[in-house]
Amino acid sequence: MSTRQPGAARGGKLRAPLLFAAMAALIAIEAATTGWNGALVIVNMGLISAILALGVNMQWGYAGLFNTGVVGFIALGGLGPVLVSMKPTPGAFSAGGWGILIAFAIALVTIMAAVWLNRHLTRMKGLAILAVLIAGFFLYRAVFDPAVAAIQAINPASAGYLGGLGLPTLLSWPLGALLAAGAAWVVGKTALGLRSDYLAVATLGIGEIIVAVLKNEEWLDRGVLNVTGIPRPWPVPYEVDLQADPGFLGRAAAFGLDPVTASTISVKLLYGTLFAAVLLVLIWALQLALNSPWGRMMRAIRDNEVAAEAMGKNVTGRHLQIFILGCAVIGLAGAMMISLDGQMTPSSYNPLRYTFLIWVMVIVGGSGNNWGSVLGGMLIWFVWIKAEVWGPQIMHVVTATLADGALKQHLVDSAPHMRLVMMGLILLLVLRFSPRGLLPEK
Amino acid sequence: MDILNALVAILNYVVVPATAYGAQLALGALGVTLIYGILRFSNFAHGDTMAFGTAITILITWALQSAGIGFGPLPTALIALPFGIAATALLVLGTDKIVYSYYRKVRAAPVVLTMVSVGVMFLMNGLTRLLIGVDEIKFADGARFLISAQEFKKATGLAEPLAIRSTQAITVITAAIVVAALFWFLAKTRTGKSMRAFSDNEDLALLSGINPSRVVAMTWIIAAALATIAGTLYGLDKSFKAFNYFQLLLPVFAAAIVGGLGNPLGAIAGGFIIAYSEVAVTYAWKKVAMYLIPGFQPDSLLQLLSTEYKFAVSFTILIIVLLFKPTGLFKGKSV
Amino acid sequence: MSFLDASSMTGGYGAADILHDCTLKVEKGQIAVIVGPNGAGKSTAMKAVFGMLRLRAGKVTLDGDDITALSPQERVRKGMGFVPQVNNVFPTMSVEENLEMGAFIRTDDFRDTMEQVYDLFPILREKRFQNAGELSGGQRQQVAVGRALMTKPKLLMLDEPTAGVSPIVMDELFDRIIEVARTGISILMVEQNARQALEIADMGYVLVQGANRYTDTGAALMADPEVRRTFLGG
Ligand SMILES: Nc1ncnc2c1ncn2[C@@H]1O[C@H](COP(=O)(O)OP(=O)(O)OP(=O)(O)O)[C@@H](O)[C@H]1O
Ligand SMILES: [Mg+2]
Repeated sequence: MSTRQPGAARGGKLRAPLLFAAMAALIAIEAATTGWNGALVIVNMGLISAILALGVNMQWGYAGLFNTGVVGFIALGGLGPVLVSMKPTPGAFSAGGWGILIAFAIALVTIMAAVWLNRHLTRMKGLAILAVLIAGFFLYRAVFDPAVAAIQAINPASAGYLGGLGLPTLLSWPLGALLAAGAAWVVGKTALGLRSDYLAVATLGIGEIIVAVLKNEEWLDRGVLNVTGIPRPWPVPYEVDLQADPGFLGRAAAFGLDPVTASTISVKLLYGTLFAAVLLVLIWALQLALNSPWGRMMRAIRDNEVAAEAMGKNVTGRHLQIFILGCAVIGLAGAMMISLDGQMTPSSYNPLRYTFLIWVMVIVGGSGNNWGSVLGGMLIWFVWIKAEVWGPQIMHVVTATLADGALKQHLVDSAPHMRLVMMGLILLLVLRFSPRGLLPEK
Repeated sequence: MDILNALVAILNYVVVPATAYGAQLALGALGVTLIYGILRFSNFAHGDTMAFGTAITILITWALQSAGIGFGPLPTALIALPFGIAATALLVLGTDKIVYSYYRKVRAAPVVLTMVSVGVMFLMNGLTRLLIGVDEIKFADGARFLISAQEFKKATGLAEPLAIRSTQAITVITAAIVVAALFWFLAKTRTGKSMRAFSDNEDLALLSGINPSRVVAMTWIIAAALATIAGTLYGLDKSFKAFNYFQLLLPVFAAAIVGGLGNPLGAIAGGFIIAYSEVAVTYAWKKVAMYLIPGFQPDSLLQLLSTEYKFAVSFTILIIVLLFKPTGLFKGKSV
Repeated sequence: MSFLDASSMTGGYGAADILHDCTLKVEKGQIAVIVGPNGAGKSTAMKAVFGMLRLRAGKVTLDGDDITALSPQERVRKGMGFVPQVNNVFPTMSVEENLEMGAFIRTDDFRDTMEQVYDLFPILREKRFQNAGELSGGQRQQVAVGRALMTKPKLLMLDEPTAGVSPIVMDELFDRIIEVARTGISILMVEQNARQALEIADMGYVLVQGANRYTDTGAALMADPEVRRTFLGG
C-alpha cells in the first residue's frame, strides 16, 4: 500500500491474461495427473476463495481497512443455508421459537433503554444503566433458557434445533450476505473512525465470538453436532439421481465415461458454473462501482484521508459503507461454501485458514485490483491444497539422509505444518519484493 | 459462617484464578504495548511469540527432566525459562533484521507493519507446530499446591475449600518481580529512559543522539522476555497448546487497548480488568448466592455466560472502552 | 570565514524545491535571526542546516569544517544544538529526564551543565520532577532550549522559541537567549516576532519563498523602510 510506484507493471497489457492462462495450465496439469474430479474440487473452492478475496479486497484494497475477523463473517454467511434451506424441525418452533423471539425482543428493549438512559439521564447514569442491563439480562435468560432447552429436547440425536424454512438454497445466499452485513454494521459503527489497528482488534474479537456462537448455540445450528444434508442449490442435481436418469446415462456413454465419473464431474461442473456466474456478476458490479464517482471518492479517501476529510468527505461514513459491503460479499461466499459442502461444521472455522489465508490471497493477487484478487484466490488456494501433499514429500527428501528414529518420525509427522510456514514466507516475500502483487492496481 | 464460606468460595473460584490469569495477560499486554509504543505497530505475531518461547522452554524442561535435573518444589520450567527467553530473543531479533527493519527504513505505514506481522505470525505458528506439535502439553512439575483444599478445610473448619496451586503463586510472584524490574529499568536506567524518549518523540530522540537500532533491539529483547515469561506461566498454570496461544491474542490486545496502547501501567491494569471480568462473568454464582441468601434455591447455575464465550467478555470491554474512551483508561498514544 | 556558513542551499522534501539558493551565516558568539512570512521556508532552511533535508546544491561548514554530508546526530557531536518548532520536548518524561536525554551523547559528568541550565531557567529547577507535557507553553520552550544546551553546543539553532508565549515571557526568553550568546555560543534563530528579534540580532535574514530577500545587520533591516513596510507591519 505504501509503495505505489508510477507506471505500468512489468508485462503491461498481457500480464493478466498470461497469468490467468498460467493458472489454467496449473489446473490442467493437476487434472492430467490426478484426474478431473480432484481438479474440479480445487477449482470450485478456488472460485469461492476468489469471491472471499474480492470482499477483503474491497475493504483493504479500496479503503485500507484491516479486517481480521473474516472467519466470523464467513461462518455467519454459512448460517444462511441452515436457516433457509433445511426443513423446519416439527414442533420446535411452537416449543421454543416464540420464547427465543421474545427473549431477543427483551434484549433489544434492554439495549434501547440503556441507550435512552445514557442520553437523557445526568445523575446516577452509570448506576441506572447498569441496573437496567442486569435486570434485562436476567429477564432475557429467564425466557431464553427454557426456550432453548425445549428446542434442544426435540429429537436431539438428529434435530434438537429449530431447523430452517425449507426454502430453496439459492435464497440463502443473499441471506448469508445480509447476516454478515448486519454484524459488520455493529462492529464498524463502533470501531471505525478510530485508529486503524482498533478495527483490526475489534474484528478479531467479533470473528472469535461469531464462531463461538455457532459452536455453542445448538438450538440454532446444532453446534458441534453439525448440520448435515443441506440441500444443494438449483440447478445442481445429486449424483444418485443422475445415475438413475436414462437420458444422462446415454449422454455419458456417448462421451465414453462411466456413470459414476460422469455424474460426479457433471455435479462439480454445475457448481463451478454457478460460482463462476456469481463471481463474474460481482466483478462486473464492482468494476462499475469503482469507476463511478463513488469509487473514485473511495480511492481518494484511501490515498489521503486527511485531505479527503478536509474537502468535506464523510470518511468514517464511507468506510462503514465499504466495510459492510465487503463483509456482505464475504458472507455470500460463506453461504456458497456451505451449500457446496452440504454441511455446516462450526468447529472447522479456523482463523488461520479462513481469515489470514484470505489475506495472503489478496496481497499476493495485488491489493486494489479485483482481477488480482481472483487470481490470488485461485492460486493461493491451489498452493494451500497442494502444500498438504508437498509438505510431506519435501520432508521425506529432507530427512532422507537421516537415520530412522524419533527425530525423523517427528519431522515427517509434523510436515503438514509446513504449509503455515510456506504461507508466511509467501506473504512476507510478496510484501517485501512485490508489494503491489501479481496484478497491481492501475 | 455462611458469609465466610461465600467469601472463601469467591476467593477460591474467582480471585485466585483471575489474579493468576490477570498477571499472565498483563505480561502479554506489556509486550504488545512496548512494541506499539516504540516500534509503532500492533504486533499480531505476539501470541505466537508467546507460543514459541513456551515451546522452547518446554523442550528444555524435558531435557532437564530426563537429565534428572529438577528445581525442588518449584517447576523445572523455571530453570529452563532463561534459555527459552534467549532463544526467543534471538528469533525476534533475527526477524527484525530480516523482515521489519526494511519497513522502518522506508518508513512504511503502521498498518503495513501490522500486515507484515501477520506473515511473521504464520511463520512462527508453523515453526512452533514443527517444534512441538499441536497437542495439549502439561509440563508443570514440583509441588502442586501452596495451600491445598483439604488442609484449608481442616484448618478452618469451613465447608468451602480454598486451594492455591503453586503455579498460581509462582505466576503472581514472577509477574510482580518482572514488572518491578521492567519499571525500574524504564524509569532509572539510561537505556530505559532512552526507550521512553524514543516512544515519546522519535525525531527528538534521534536529534538527541539516541541510537535507534539499540532502542529497537532492546525493545525486541524485552518483548521476547515478556512473551516467553507470560507464555510459560500461562502454560504452567493451565496447559500448553499452540492454538490457544494464538487465541490469547484477543484478550492480550484488549488489555493493552483498554489500558491505553503504549502505556505500560495501562497494560497491567487492562490485564487485570479483562481477567477479573472474564472469570467473574463465566463463574457459576449459585453456591455463593446460596450462602449469602439463606433459603435461596436457584434452579440455574447463575452463570452469566458459559466459558465458551469468555472471548465475548474481552470484546465487550474493548468495545465499551472504544466507545467512551478511545485512547484507553490510562492515556495511551493516539497516532 | 563565518563560524556557520550555509551557502547556496537548494532542495526540498520531494520533487519540488522549497529552498532556492538560500544562504545563512552566523559569526562566533553572535545572534542571527531569520524572519519571513508563513511558509517562506524558514523551518525548512533550519532543517537543511541541521542535515534533516537532502540538499541538491549548496554547502554547510561549521568552524571551517565541511559538514554537508553529516547526519543530524553527527552534527550534534560536532557542536550543534537544535530546538525544533514543534514537538520539541519528551512530554511524558520529567523536566530533568528531558535534560538528561539532551545530554545523551555525553559520557562525562553533565551535572554542572544541568545546574547552568537551571540557573538560566530557574522555573525548571522548581518543576524538575514534573512531566514536560504538563508544563505551560513558555515553560515547555525553556525545557526545549535547556535540552539543546545540555550538549554544550557551539551553535544553538532555535525555530520560533517564542511561539505561543505571552509578551512578558517572550521578553524573558529573549533576555535568556542574549545571555546564552554572551557565553560565546552562536545563535541561529527563526522568529515570528520580527521586530523584537531583529532588535537583538547581529545579523538578519528576510526569507521569501525559499530565497534570501534582504540580508543585513538587524539594525539596518529595522531601519530599511521597505522591510518595515512589507515585513514588520509599518
Ligand atoms: N515535511 C514536509 N513535507 C513536505 N513539504 C513540507 C514539509 N514541511 C514543510 N513543507 C512545505 O515547505 C514549505 C515551507 O515550509 P516551512 O515549514 O519551512 O515554512 P516556515 O517559513 O517555517 O513557515 P511558518 O512560519 O509557518 O513556520 C511550505 O510550503 C510547506 O508546505
Ligand atoms: Mg516554521
